[in-house]
Amino acid sequence: MSPATTDTSMPIVQVIDLHKDYHLGSNVVRALLGVSLTIMPGEFVAVMGPSGSGKSTFMHVLGCLDRPTSGEYLLEGISVKDLTHDELATVRNQKIGFVFQGFNLLPRMDALGNVMLPMMYAGVTRPEREERALAAIRAVGLEDWATHKPSELSGGQQQRVAIARALTNQPALILADEPTGELDTRTSIEIMAILQRLNNSGITIVMVTHERDIAAYCKRNILFRDGKVITDRLVEERRIALDDLAAIAQAREIVAV
Amino acid sequence: MSAPTYTLPFPRARRQRVETSRGMGLGESLATALEAIGANKLRSLLTALGIIIGVGAVIAMISLGQGASANVAQRLQGLGTNLIQITPGSQRGPGFVNVGAGTRQTLTEADAAAIQEQVAGISGVSPVISVNVQAVAAGSNWSTRAQGVYPVYQGIENWQPQAGTLFSDQDEQDGGQVAVIGQTVLDNLFGNGNTGSGNALDAIGQTIRLNKVPFTIVGVLASKSGDQDNTILVPFSTAHVRLSNLTYVGQIVVQASDVSQMDSVQAQMQTVLEQQHRITNGNDDFTIRNLNNIIQTAQSVTQTLTMLLAGVAAVSLVVGGIGIMNIMLVSVTERTHEIGIRTAIGAHRRDILSQFLIEAVVLSGAGGILGIVFGAAASVAVSHVAGWSTVIVPQAVLLAFGFAAMVGVFFGYYPARKASLLDPIEALRYE
Ligand SMILES: Nc1ncnc2c1ncn2[C@@H]1O[C@H](COP(=O)(O)OP(=O)(O)OP(=O)(O)O)[C@@H](O)[C@H]1O
Ligand SMILES: [Mg+2]
Repeated sequence: MSPATTDTSMPIVQVIDLHKDYHLGSNVVRALLGVSLTIMPGEFVAVMGPSGSGKSTFMHVLGCLDRPTSGEYLLEGISVKDLTHDELATVRNQKIGFVFQGFNLLPRMDALGNVMLPMMYAGVTRPEREERALAAIRAVGLEDWATHKPSELSGGQQQRVAIARALTNQPALILADEPTGELDTRTSIEIMAILQRLNNSGITIVMVTHERDIAAYCKRNILFRDGKVITDRLVEERRIALDDLAAIAQAREIVAV
Repeated sequence: MSAPTYTLPFPRARRQRVETSRGMGLGESLATALEAIGANKLRSLLTALGIIIGVGAVIAMISLGQGASANVAQRLQGLGTNLIQITPGSQRGPGFVNVGAGTRQTLTEADAAAIQEQVAGISGVSPVISVNVQAVAAGSNWSTRAQGVYPVYQGIENWQPQAGTLFSDQDEQDGGQVAVIGQTVLDNLFGNGNTGSGNALDAIGQTIRLNKVPFTIVGVLASKSGDQDNTILVPFSTAHVRLSNLTYVGQIVVQASDVSQMDSVQAQMQTVLEQQHRITNGNDDFTIRNLNNIIQTAQSVTQTLTMLLAGVAAVSLVVGGIGIMNIMLVSVTERTHEIGIRTAIGAHRRDILSQFLIEAVVLSGAGGILGIVFGAAASVAVSHVAGWSTVIVPQAVLLAFGFAAMVGVFFGYYPARKASLLDPIEALRYE
């Protein structure tokens, strides 16, 4: 099913000659050196590349968390450059769900509280907030853990809370920086299953990963090196996470018998 | 594959501006602030303690000061209004001490008569002779002072009879041997010496001997306060003949008919007395005192004292405010990462600002309320222990609380603003 509102002819993300410099005293670190990309609605992109190649910097710019030094970024046709601090906050709140590498959950709040937070800033009433947060928590399979604090959850569970939080305002674009970075293979595939399901429902996803196996669950792979895109190709033999999970379960059963 | 739970939420219309008007209610901000305060209870309490002590001190100090003022005012009220006192001897300015001032014998009844005749704007004049006497009545002895005065003096000094009557013009004319006694005299002659032990009705009609001269008690004076009650009033003419053989009087008391007349009356009296005493060189042998000025001075002294105490207390309130600022700054630094997360998922500057501002105001407001309770309790305790009367002034309570809340806003604003200006990516990088 494809959402009725999706205008498939207009890119959701369009970056043109993106540069990002970091100034460290008199040193200048050139993290992005002219990145140009177009991402259409419904895409599922894996950003790959060696450490320090500018992947996180690129994601932060896409997520409106950071501004590029130069270049153009159009999010759904809107030039992000012109937006104010608070307008960017609204864009992050309404259009983008960001899943951070380190989860970035509030430690004092339980899973439900964390997931409700973006809706609080969106001005959603409390009952509706709770309802939608529970739906998101169910979507990532964490309904039994809703009242646990992040410190009482495993890494995979925290990652799912972070994904649920990214979902609640029903964004068009989910950006995930190494969502499987610290997880074991099986948990990583579970996370990919969730992301694939979200992508199937029409949400555009861009994620960073170091692992070729994980990138194979995406539809398009982009390779960064030294702040530039050096490869950009479609995945030919795409893996389906649910199938792999079923296979793993089967293999275990065999071992158990 | 399960049915999709999420649909894309917004139309793909081309908008160059992003709609930013959406609300996070005050209730939400308050809940967030309370949650943060609750997460660090001990520290919150210690922070609020500065305000608690400050507000408590302001309220206690103003209550005590007002109590002291009320005490003084009550005492002064018994003195009568718009009084001018003339005593013998001169007292002409600072540093000049006239030895024997007040004991020199220069004032006479004739001076009082001259004032009565020649000075306009007065409602009563009385010379006063004070004599130390041994009073004997109902088989008891009491050493006190008798004052020979005109009947009008009783009114001038605001004396009221609690039993019997004051003595009359007739008594004055006849040199009647009648006396009006004060509460202390009553208690010591007709009671056991404790305040209020004497029955006023018992005393009326009894004979009292003052230095062996018999007088009939016609009235008992209603109590004023303190040592003013230790007195016996007798007609001036009688005292002059029977108790004192001097032609000179101890003082002359004059009451102006209106407060606006005080200065004019005082100046006229000066002229009249200088004529009476044939003084041309300004070397007056008498002193005129405006008792209103003394009352005002006493009142302004207690007022100043109150202000001083409140000022000291206010300083502690400011110190408490700086404590709040300090903790809020620490709190902002400590929670930089949290601020980064909140901003990253869509908090506006206003949301962050109000979160921290409300936190500071809640701390200082709660501190203010506790401070009011402690301040009131402290004033009540002091009034019980020290026997001071204290007055809890509602304006002071409002002022102290308002000031505490303002301290919260003022000292909370800077850290809150600092927090709201953080860029999300910088704040997130902070660990
Ligand atoms: N805040 C910063 N200040 C200065 N330099 C920075 C900053 N953030 C990133 N860099 C530099 O920019 C370059 C790109 O960093 P980035 O974090 O984008 O790499 P990455 O591809 O995400 O690496 P990794 O795979 O290790 O996460 C690096 O050389 C890094 O040192
Ligand atoms: Mg990175």
